[in-house]
Amino acid sequence: MTITYSLLVNAIITGLLMGGFYAALSVGATVAFGLLDIVNIAHPTFAVIGAYAVLVLNRTFNIDPILGGLLLTPVFYAAGTLLYRVYYHFFERRGDDAMRGLAFFFGLMFLAEVVLIMLFGVDFRYVQAPYITTTLHYGAIALPLRLAVPFAGSLLMLVALELFLKKTFIGHAIVAVARDPFALRLVAASPVRIKRIAFGIACASAALAGAFIIVIEPLQPAVGRDFIGRVFAICVFGGLGSLPGTVVAAISLGLVENLSTVFIGPSWSPAVAFGALLATLAWRPSGLFGRG
Amino acid sequence: MGTWGFLAIAVGVAAAAFGVAVWINLDYLFFAGYVILQYVVLATAWNILGGYTGYMNLGVSAFFALGAYTTVALETALRLPLPLTIPAAGVVAGVVGFGMGYLTLRLKGIYFAIATLALAVVAETFVTNWDYVGGSAGAYLLHPRRGPWFGSYTEYLFLLMLILATLAVVAARTVERSWLGYGLTAIRDDEVAAEANGVPTLRLKLFATALSGALMGMAGAPLPYYVSFLEPASAFNLGYAVTTIAMPMIGGTKTWLGPLIGSLLLATTQQVATVTISSEVNLLVVGVLLVGFVMLAPNGIVGWFQRR
Amino acid sequence: MTTLSRRIIGAATFGALAALTAAAFSLPVAAEEPLKIGFTMAETGPLAGTGKSALLAMTMWAEDVNAKGGLLGRQIKLVHYDDQSNPANVPAIYAKLLDIDKVDLINSGYGTPIIASTIPIAMQHDMVLIGFFGLANNAKFKYDKYFGIFPAGEKPALTIMQPFFDAAMTMNPKPKTVAAIYPEMEFGHAIMNGIKAAASAAGLQIVYDQGFPPSMTDLTTVVRQIQATNPDIVAIGTQPGQSIAIVRAISEVGLKAMIVGGGMTGLQTPDAEGLLGEQLNGFVNFNIWLPASKMQYPGVMDFLKRYQERAKAAGVDPIGYYAAPWAYADLQILGQAVEATKSTAGDQLGPYMHETTFKTLIGDVKFGESGEWANPRMLAAQFQHVKGNDIEQFKGTEKLVVVSPAEYKSGNLLPFEDARH
Repeated sequence: MTITYSLLVNAIITGLLMGGFYAALSVGATVAFGLLDIVNIAHPTFAVIGAYAVLVLNRTFNIDPILGGLLLTPVFYAAGTLLYRVYYHFFERRGDDAMRGLAFFFGLMFLAEVVLIMLFGVDFRYVQAPYITTTLHYGAIALPLRLAVPFAGSLLMLVALELFLKKTFIGHAIVAVARDPFALRLVAASPVRIKRIAFGIACASAALAGAFIIVIEPLQPAVGRDFIGRVFAICVFGGLGSLPGTVVAAISLGLVENLSTVFIGPSWSPAVAFGALLATLAWRPSGLFGRG
Repeated sequence: MGTWGFLAIAVGVAAAAFGVAVWINLDYLFFAGYVILQYVVLATAWNILGGYTGYMNLGVSAFFALGAYTTVALETALRLPLPLTIPAAGVVAGVVGFGMGYLTLRLKGIYFAIATLALAVVAETFVTNWDYVGGSAGAYLLHPRRGPWFGSYTEYLFLLMLILATLAVVAARTVERSWLGYGLTAIRDDEVAAEANGVPTLRLKLFATALSGALMGMAGAPLPYYVSFLEPASAFNLGYAVTTIAMPMIGGTKTWLGPLIGSLLLATTQQVATVTISSEVNLLVVGVLLVGFVMLAPNGIVGWFQRR
Repeated sequence: MTTLSRRIIGAATFGALAALTAAAFSLPVAAEEPLKIGFTMAETGPLAGTGKSALLAMTMWAEDVNAKGGLLGRQIKLVHYDDQSNPANVPAIYAKLLDIDKVDLINSGYGTPIIASTIPIAMQHDMVLIGFFGLANNAKFKYDKYFGIFPAGEKPALTIMQPFFDAAMTMNPKPKTVAAIYPEMEFGHAIMNGIKAAASAAGLQIVYDQGFPPSMTDLTTVVRQIQATNPDIVAIGTQPGQSIAIVRAISEVGLKAMIVGGGMTGLQTPDAEGLLGEQLNGFVNFNIWLPASKMQYPGVMDFLKRYQERAKAAGVDPIGYYAAPWAYADLQILGQAVEATKSTAGDQLGPYMHETTFKTLIGDVKFGESGEWANPRMLAAQFQHVKGNDIEQFKGTEKLVVVSPAEYKSGNLLPFEDARH
């Protein structure tokens, strides 16, 4: 099979752009998991909920999807803090094994999917926005805005989050609460409140990630399942709780997926990504940037 | 009560159940009963690793489907009948479980769960690309109308699954009450402390993953004959994982009784719901029950009754 | 709460559940025995879009027949359950239909895998089974009482692709190479075989034939691989979600070829048509029926009008060209056979259905020995001059021009790149 320059270059570009999107999708999970020890396997499904919410806004009020996602972030933040209260009350306080928390989110994920099916049906849904069908061409390179706009949005979101974690008091507190909750109390911050804020932020990111989903591809309730594996692969590769790690891991995954499509063939590319994940888990579970 | 005593009782109960089913003689009972018993095996198997040891396996469908595909492969290659492919499926799935346990021996909690998910994807991709068993096009497995010695073929499948369910429950109880079970509980409660106390955690974990995997594979082995047409997409369905996990969560994870109660209850409810109300509600019920029980009754139904 | 009271509550709950179950399964007492037709239908899951549309059509058939006095003097009752698009649910549901609901006749659900699980059950009970939209289901079973409702005949993949290739070979200069793309699933493989057969019959060389995983969301890389082989013909066989993804990918990449399309399911529904709008221009796709002048069989336009009135409220395919008339015809055939033989027994119905040419609202239907259509009939139609996203423009044949076979042609084929502007 001929591999042309155009094919290769565009595969790399697609991989990069998709990687950016994956990073946006994964950042909420890595914050919850890495900094809060909450195994939110339902995070991709939260993003799908966000995508449907964006769809409704787009269809009813003609709001641009990405703008819709932004508008939804406070709503998702509030929902996230509420969810954390429930989680804390039933699980963390009792000190139960993490498995129960995982089962809780697993059940939530399934429940959310079923409710979405009941509300919206299983047909594929789409949004309309001018940039979704536009592709810019630079010589042999094709830049679909459908991918490029979410990529840009994702980078902005990640930069904003990283600045927040590094430069603000609450941000420092969030990073600290994972390492040393007691010390945190000494600086008059309640660990529970900090964790609640952090989880709220993680859920808020799902709203924006959801907007990206529906810009990039057709939406149906079970689409979250396609992403669970990828999201957690990225969390593991990148080291839990590390935002730069997440970006590197996400982009690497995007590249690996696309390049393996080119060189090995599309039908094996899921196995490549997950096989790499298995290998990483087997030999270096703390990931590339992890705390070990 | 010792193992042999329990085994005798279990066999007696199973024989009685079978007798009643044959006497009622409704084909529907055999069809629905097969599915319910299948979940008894899956839930009991899952609980050995999940409930006793504390390691959550999300890749249930991988073992289950591998068992089903072992049957397809052996039938195509050697025309092996079901009573032989079932143990073979158990071996295959057990080996895969052992391998997975070995690969993930340093992983705890969520990492292990993610690894099981990754395994399911890899297994599904592998099977999808394996044309010998039909690949993504699926495989047809036609069965005779009558069973080998009496009754319809479905009755035969029901009987096989009943035997498997009995075996699974007895095995789980035996493990639970032996030194193996104590070791697994120690791992669940505090793995580091267990190791420090000389518990052979690695060997126990490998044993648990292998046994759990083997039983799940055996549960899947008769499936191709039940549906007559097997394809990877439905065989590797995530729904199997959700339902299988929900059952011990609902019934109780600490003993062999929990998964049994949970699976009988939930699977029966599902079968009834499928043919009465709409099936979206069916799925909704599973999700609500799982979340509800995990939150409100962490020790499941068994635990609720046992609280003093 | 004491242990004892917990146990009492537990026992009471169990008793209540058992009573409910028994009630759910109790046999209804009917005053005048209705004629029950039992089947599964995909009301949830990936197949539900077409499934629900079919269900509405079937319901309308039952109402129409009942208004005229029923079948054999009995009122028709459709008994159906949701199979969730999962073949594993099929056996138990039919067991309930036959053992407990005691249906007189059965029909299939929608789609090849579902039908595949249903045929053994029909065989076991010696009942006639009409398979709704399955591809070559009877090839393995060779059941003499199976009849397929899909105008694709015994070699469905080839029949689906043939008009597309026939249209391609009318182009000047004659195309020489084919790139084929399909998802790694049963449907994809079947279509690929059809593509290979049609290509070899036309003397074309296949330059690309890789499958892609059905879950792959971004197909631009795959499309670029195809472009790299510079094919004259791009033959595609996809299921609804993938069809849309590939139309978008092709638009994004700016694929250049003489003719593009073939067996893309899902593009025949207004959902997809409305969404993709102008991106569809130039695609030549299979259709099983369009309101072309030679295809306006008696009853079909009237049926569609009534269907369209109810479809929007029911949340199903609002135009209904794809599944609805066929589901109606499915039961028309069953009903006509029952009426003619005055029986619901398989031994009577089976032979009758093999010998008879049925007149339905999708035309004359005659079954061959295998139970598939004796005379396959498939169309290839090209999207032309589509403007914007309004779905009203897809009613009629103005924007969807039948280009092949010649006897149903309603317009001329445009080269892909010309049609794109």
